[in-house]
Amino acid sequence: MSKRSRAVEGGRGRSRKRRVPLLELAHARSGDKGDTANVGLIALKPEYYPILVKQVTAARVARHFRGMIKGPVERYELPNLGALNFLLHGALDGGGTISLKTDAQGKVLSTALLRMEVAVSA
Amino acid sequence: MTARPSPSTIRVAAGQGFWGDWLEAPYRQVTGGTIDYLMMDYLAEVTMSILQKQKARDPTLGYARDVVPLMERILPLLVERRIKVTANAGGVNPRACADAVADAARRLGLAGKLRLGVVTGDDLLGRLDGLLARGHELTNLDTGRPLRDVRDRVLSANAYLGAWPVVEALQRGADVVITGRVTDTGLTLAPLIHAFGWKADDWNLLAAGTVAGHTIECGAQCSGGNCLVDWERIPDLANVGYPIVEARPDGNFDITKHAGTGGRITVAGVTEQLVYEMGDPAQYITPDCIADFTTIRLAQAGKDKVRVSGVRGRPATDKLKVSIAYSYGYKAVGTLVYAWPDAYKKARAADRVLRQRLEDLGLEFEAILTEFVGADATHGRLALERAPLDELPEVQLRIGVRSSDRAAVERFTREIAPLILNGPPSVTGFAGGRPKPEEIVAYWPALVDKRMVEPRVEIVEV
Repeated sequence: MSKRSRAVEGGRGRSRKRRVPLLELAHARSGDKGDTANVGLIALKPEYYPILVKQVTAARVARHFRGMIKGPVERYELPNLGALNFLLHGALDGGGTISLKTDAQGKVLSTALLRMEVAVSA
Repeated sequence: MTARPSPSTIRVAAGQGFWGDWLEAPYRQVTGGTIDYLMMDYLAEVTMSILQKQKARDPTLGYARDVVPLMERILPLLVERRIKVTANAGGVNPRACADAVADAARRLGLAGKLRLGVVTGDDLLGRLDGLLARGHELTNLDTGRPLRDVRDRVLSANAYLGAWPVVEALQRGADVVITGRVTDTGLTLAPLIHAFGWKADDWNLLAAGTVAGHTIECGAQCSGGNCLVDWERIPDLANVGYPIVEARPDGNFDITKHAGTGGRITVAGVTEQLVYEMGDPAQYITPDCIADFTTIRLAQAGKDKVRVSGVRGRPATDKLKVSIAYSYGYKAVGTLVYAWPDAYKKARAADRVLRQRLEDLGLEFEAILTEFVGADATHGRLALERAPLDELPEVQLRIGVRSSDRAAVERFTREIAPLILNGPPSVTGFAGGRPKPEEIVAYWPALVDKRMVEPRVEIVEV
């Protein structure tokens, strides 16, 4: 599927898995509310949604963005849209007019999340 | 006026997704096909702060001035085609905005042919001390701090009004409704309430109209703009069609665009817009209702047509959100560009030199932020882990400071240019001169009891 994917052992008695970037399973859009950024993560196909639900947990997203955000991560599920919504608190250096960041409104945190790797069946 | 039967569909077209959006879009929406309403959203969180600064300098300003030449261009067409307008272009001075639009209409010979509605009552600045004295803390929703901490620095305070005052203006015959801080979604919901006779407790219908408003409030962002899915194959973005809500009395609606325009309307693209700036999707709270985004059903109903159904809503809360702007301090951002070889290394070295000089000067900053554009400005550490840092052809050093002390920020702006001659080599890109210190007018979101806010509707005959 991807030049970037690589095979890994899935552990004893389990099927072989490959790790692929979320970019291959999902698309995303992000925005801001004050110092909180939101990232909406949307499955490219309905069958990918359960993979997102299982692997792209709030804790995993918090680890992915460690050092880049100051607050906690919340996750909401929208099964009707095949989407997850993440709130990244303290992500925008104060947000709005206060922020010194190029991405003061968190517009490209969407694709930053899509760099995360998840395991899929080989 | 004679009562007309409730129409079977209403077409609400988005003309502006923010102040500064494409000037051609409203004209194209009015001329490209049939529409009933043109909806224009001008106000982002930061926009109110900008408008407040302008009003402070000149009391006749404080609204989105672009709306006047725009209306001058389309007013004759609006009158001819009986298209109505809802726009929150009034900013912090809706009456001045309406006066300017009325003047434009008279210049076009439309006297007697046009009625403007002006929605105010959102401005709470003059009542803040009274509200605080009566125990309304106006606590910051993000930080939990009480407003009294920054009371002496408050520059503006506006409650977010919902659809109903806009509905009242339409019911009183307004052709163009100009508002202050009315919610983005209310500008689309109001025409639907007005046209279909929806009631104040038709929560599912109000939620449906709110979802319709959210879908088109960012203009082309739901019709192919800023769309990640399959982006290279989205056709003719140069002529992108802005979205149109085709609504029915039962609350179901289609998102579409004029025939012959560019862009694309798909389930994937509409979904991206639905999750944009989303909080808890089950509780999208507006002054009009609580919309549950987990109930939305989407289906591709044809080329460039997405059908939206199933939306459920719940009763509105007894609060309104208040957008407060206050003076926070000062900031400045300076940039320099470093070239190959070792572009990234040179930019980092320059950053160290600059930071040491700032420290030696003993300047106090609340924050100093360095970004290396071309390496880490968008994705930070996640990008650096994979970037070929030794081989980057060029890197922009971008360094910003923030302080309550204007003099410190001013001094910082004089420390960038010297680096061209007395810092690391292969540096350019200072043609713009030294950066200007900028006053930070910051945003303070709060809640206030609904009964403390009285929306007002005025009709101005042109």
